[in-house]
Amino acid sequence: MKIAYREIEGRSGAYWLLLGVLGAVTAAGLAAAWTMEHRGHIVTGMTNQIVWGMPHVFAVFLIVAASGALNVASIASVFGKGFYKPLAPLSGLVAVALLAGGLAVLMLDLGRADRIVVAMTRYNFTSIFALNVFLYTGFFVIVALYLWTMMERRMNRYSTPVGYAALVWRLVLTTGTGSIFGFLVARQAYDSAMLAPTFVAMSFSYGLAAYLLVLIAAYAWSGRTLDVAVLRRLKNLLVVFIAVVLYFVAVFHLTNLYFARQSAFERFVLADGGIYPALFWGGQILLGSLVPMALLAHPRLGAARGTVVAASLLVVLGGLAQMHVTIIGGQAFPLELFPGMQESGSFFDGRVHPYAPSLPELALGLGGVAIAGIIVVLAVKLLAFLPERLDGRVAESP
Amino acid sequence: MDRVNSDGRAVRSRTARAALVLFACVAAGAGWSQEQGAPAGRVPKPAITPAQGDTCVEPVEFMRRNHMEVLLHQRDRTMRAGVRTKQHSLKGCVECHASAETGSVAAAPGDFCRSCHGYAAVKIDCFECHAAKPAVAQGAKP
Amino acid sequence: MNGHDAGRRQFLAWGAGAVATLTLAPGVLLLQSAHGRAPVEAASGAVRWGLLIDTDKCAKGCDACVTACNRENGLSGGTRETDAQWIRKVELKDLRTGREASLPMMCQHCEQPPCVDVCPTGASFKRADGIVLVDKHVCIGCRYCMMACPYKARSLVHENLADQRPDVPRGKGTVESCTFCVHRVDRGETPACVRACADAGHGAMVFGDLNDPASDIAQRIARYPSTQARADLGLNPGVRYQGI
Repeated sequence: MKIAYREIEGRSGAYWLLLGVLGAVTAAGLAAAWTMEHRGHIVTGMTNQIVWGMPHVFAVFLIVAASGALNVASIASVFGKGFYKPLAPLSGLVAVALLAGGLAVLMLDLGRADRIVVAMTRYNFTSIFALNVFLYTGFFVIVALYLWTMMERRMNRYSTPVGYAALVWRLVLTTGTGSIFGFLVARQAYDSAMLAPTFVAMSFSYGLAAYLLVLIAAYAWSGRTLDVAVLRRLKNLLVVFIAVVLYFVAVFHLTNLYFARQSAFERFVLADGGIYPALFWGGQILLGSLVPMALLAHPRLGAARGTVVAASLLVVLGGLAQMHVTIIGGQAFPLELFPGMQESGSFFDGRVHPYAPSLPELALGLGGVAIAGIIVVLAVKLLAFLPERLDGRVAESP
Repeated sequence: MDRVNSDGRAVRSRTARAALVLFACVAAGAGWSQEQGAPAGRVPKPAITPAQGDTCVEPVEFMRRNHMEVLLHQRDRTMRAGVRTKQHSLKGCVECHASAETGSVAAAPGDFCRSCHGYAAVKIDCFECHAAKPAVAQGAKP
Repeated sequence: MNGHDAGRRQFLAWGAGAVATLTLAPGVLLLQSAHGRAPVEAASGAVRWGLLIDTDKCAKGCDACVTACNRENGLSGGTRETDAQWIRKVELKDLRTGREASLPMMCQHCEQPPCVDVCPTGASFKRADGIVLVDKHVCIGCRYCMMACPYKARSLVHENLADQRPDVPRGKGTVESCTFCVHRVDRGETPACVRACADAGHGAMVFGDLNDPASDIAQRIARYPSTQARADLGLNPGVRYQGI
């Protein structure tokens, strides 16, 4: 049976309201960026101690989720599961949208955002950051090609090889994103090869959660049928991904706990570091992993639409908590200039660095999410990304 | 401007009107019309304050067209290699061209750098970071 | 040819000036014989500038080096968390033995600088003579170098600035750090902090060419034990500490 893709109507008041809300949040984000550009980073909560703040929490989350949002498409074309084929174009769309949102935040946060041309024309190839610029732009190109092979019938036969390329590319991309931190030898929180695979695992989980939220919202709000079989398979996948992330996080911390030189940092982030242990245990582990796993594993309610939405939201919030702990917690812990010595000085040496995000940087971060939202909302209206119905018969077709 | 074609007169009058509007905008923006009392309808020249010394480091015509290239080249040689020859250094420019009133090349609209850049509507990026005043004008060390 | 000769004459003149300041007290060499370079000459890879800090001579509570740096480079001297600090005093205490030490901490001018490795645009760079600098013309303010620096030596300029020093351009949205007073070094002088430390009578800082076996700093390093901050990272900083 053939799958009939169709644009959503997008003429209802609710559609325009959604677009308006997303537009307003984007505008707030842009206004924040403008303020930061004109008055400097003094308007943010970021300092010379906490140099990356809330914008990076959102940006890195969006970029990691972007790569994972491509899961469904990969499963369909690389692993040949026909069941997922109708879901694949939306997967590519969400991936591109999330990446665009994340990159926008990253670029607008720059101290000299006006020098974006410099960033795009001068490269230092020993910098993982510079390599990532290529990985990100390449991702846009490959996913765009991928969407073309999926959505243009005459190109369908190429979708498997392009799907392979996209799969490899996004694994490399998330490895690169994880390595932004993993390659930082200076800081105890990073400096670990574990970060790259952990970020890959996180991308699977965060990306699928974001994809599920978009999928369910799109079908519910456009009044189309979304079969429970689809949700059941995807939510089972999400449970597996959450478990894989937990495994990597556990190994990361166990390794650190074993090394005596890392024990002070582990105590900080797991026990007595104030907000960071709270966000780790309460946000990342409990609400972001254990609760959604329990919800989704429930034999009766696990595949219900409400349950999947709640669990996916929790995974997203847990992911933001994880990024906060990783990025800001990692900087809050003081650097050791002379290991084994107690240090104090005018540049806040030897002290835990406080961080209080300001409204503009929060607005910028949320603006990135809104940009991703706008791209999806407009794209599903302008192009035929969504199958008309996703019920049992379509899903069973090879 | 003086392009002649079959409908030469029409073209000229249109360009003249466009030039007038353009001039009005530029003059209003920089406030030159009052300062210099430039006759309306004529394109004003930027006010070039006299510099110290007799000659520039290169012929004036060359500098007008190429000062940015010269500065860019010198910038990289100084920054990257530590070559600190005075001839093409921005510090050298500032030392000779700082205005008598403001002591700066870019403080007031009539100062050396700003007058031309305002006229040509080209943003100067130098003085966000670089001093626009020579060292002596900054006074002795506290 | 002519220009070259003129350059060499000037070089000799500076050399003489530097030697004159060489011996302030018998037996105590405060200033390294300066490698005065003609302005037209590029920094040489044969030189590696370094700084030796004797923590036994560095007085707790003295911040002459910090105030001199602020004055020389036009820093505000503020100590808010958003203020730039190119050099700072750090007090150390060995918790096991109770031994205390005071020392100035600044950019360590590593041979393998992590800030240079991570900089996406190449704005962060190491000059041929080992001085690590930020080319603010191409710095985009991403702060990745600040994440990568083990010494927290770098600051982002968080606000609009005015009245920068002609020799020290600084601007909002770009990252900066100790330059070893590169504008002074290129004139054949020592960094402002080193000068101030000598003027304050401590003489705890010795600046010079690590590659020149005849230089004071090279001889001291050869004679006395010294250590590097985070020596475990293998970055081979140009700044060394004695007495820790």
